[in-house]
Amino acid sequence: MAAIKTDNLVKRYDEVTAVDGVSLEIQEGEVFGLLGPNGAGKTTLISMLATLVHPTSGTALVAGHDIITQSLNVRRNIGIVFQEPSVDDLLTARENLYLHSMLYGMPRREIDPKIDKMLALVNLSDRGDSFVKTYSGGMRRRLEIARGLIHGPKILFLDEPTLGLDPASRKAVWSHIRELKEAHNTTIILTTHYMEEADNLADRIAIINRGKIIELDTPAALKKKVGQDLVFLRGAINEAGIKALPFVKSVERENGQYKISIENSGANLQELLNAGGKIEEVEVRRVTLDDVFLKFAGQQISDDADEHAEGIFERIAVNKTTRH
Amino acid sequence: MMNFNAVYALLLREAKIYFREKERIISILVSPLLFLFVMGKGMADGQSPVPGCTYQQFIFPGIMAMVLLFTSITYGLYIIWDKRLDFLKEVLAAPISRATLFFGKSLGGMLGALVETLLLVIIGAFFILPLTPVKVLLSLAASVPVSYMITNMGLTIGARMKSMEGFGLVMSFLTWPLFFFSGALFDIATAAPYIKVISLFDPVTYSVDLLRIIMLGRGAFSVWADLGAITLFCLLTTAVGVAAFGALQQEK
Repeated sequence: MAAIKTDNLVKRYDEVTAVDGVSLEIQEGEVFGLLGPNGAGKTTLISMLATLVHPTSGTALVAGHDIITQSLNVRRNIGIVFQEPSVDDLLTARENLYLHSMLYGMPRREIDPKIDKMLALVNLSDRGDSFVKTYSGGMRRRLEIARGLIHGPKILFLDEPTLGLDPASRKAVWSHIRELKEAHNTTIILTTHYMEEADNLADRIAIINRGKIIELDTPAALKKKVGQDLVFLRGAINEAGIKALPFVKSVERENGQYKISIENSGANLQELLNAGGKIEEVEVRRVTLDDVFLKFAGQQISDDADEHAEGIFERIAVNKTTRH
Repeated sequence: MMNFNAVYALLLREAKIYFREKERIISILVSPLLFLFVMGKGMADGQSPVPGCTYQQFIFPGIMAMVLLFTSITYGLYIIWDKRLDFLKEVLAAPISRATLFFGKSLGGMLGALVETLLLVIIGAFFILPLTPVKVLLSLAASVPVSYMITNMGLTIGARMKSMEGFGLVMSFLTWPLFFFSGALFDIATAAPYIKVISLFDPVTYSVDLLRIIMLGRGAFSVWADLGAITLFCLLTTAVGVAAFGALQQEK
């Protein structure tokens, strides 16, 4: 059974169309990556699926319930970790989790043991009784993930779960996500603009740009569409000779060098170099999802990633100073 | 559909936060106490409309209504913070109806207002107006629906407001007028006609009057008229407030 099935979902704001006719089906137990630059419509799409934003048109079934007419039933079956921090600063971690468990109708005697378990899962057991305002960014993120999971949702939405985290915390979050999939068969919908993240975690990836899904496939298949390996050559290159080789998928000129996409560089590189003409410089690397995005969306994603992360932390800092 | 576990959880959150900010509990009482002790005592020969009472005793129920009004409205407007800091998202995403959320928030506001009122009544009973325990309990009981309807007003406006900048506007154009037209500081029966007319539409008028009947034994209207008007305002603000919460969506 499909965990999520959307039917031509559209969300239009005054000026922009944030989500422009998305139809997709996500299977139970799947980790589904939504990959795209800022403003591509990722957050709006999952906000609609989580019943937080009304679609302009179209609808979706989440865990078998309609997001418009059965929103409370949808909510009972999902967990969501927002892009922006939404844990309560003025409460302790334990109190945040308790509040959440009560809101989601968990039986009271199950709540305390579950809180201990979740705190242990995200390595916050020793800080469970500290106020969240004393937490670092990474700790907050982990607490939010614990909160999104505590009521045992069938479907979990993670909106940029590792944004702004240091590499160690990022790895820790990734391993939690993998555990969830393996141990509980949780369906996970993950938005990210980190290629590495989608590549590492997702069973399938939808590349989304300007509200439309422009490509949907497994990471391996997406990479295959671009070729397996990329070879960059500089020098007086025999372009026609290269194009004639059977394992060459595409040849492009880029910044004064040739970008050649080939299959199986291990076996074919020698032959490519032999046919290449007078070569001054060679660089070989595997295709990343960055290359995939560049090919399908015609633009880079990673440029604005750091800028965006910074913006969020600035916002938190500003909010902190103005709250009381 | 009301989910009482969730209402309890929401109330618990508000209670924890409220009692952790002790400075705020005290600071809220400063301006009402200024009215009571500086204005009340300063106008020492000010005539009290109720025979046998000083002016300070006469305005005491009015100042109690003032505490209810200011704490309840301010609390309601505070959900702007929740909205801006995204804390509200967590509860908006929870599987509870908007009526449940509204009711939980309302109770949270009432709790704060009632604690402040209790403090004021204790101060008043010692220094201004000796009250029997029955009168103390009755005035606290009367404070329950009053703080409910005013919290509802604050929550409704807060749900529609986009930024904290509107806070000053609401205070200037709503809270202070509600206070002044309520007859907290004077007798409505002898006021200028235009004040009388406006005060009839002010829910705080009936609150002041009810508290005055309980504490001083005399008011401008009957108990039933006051209770009827307060009930009406409670129902009205509930309907409008739940609708306003129903329209709350995650902002882009």
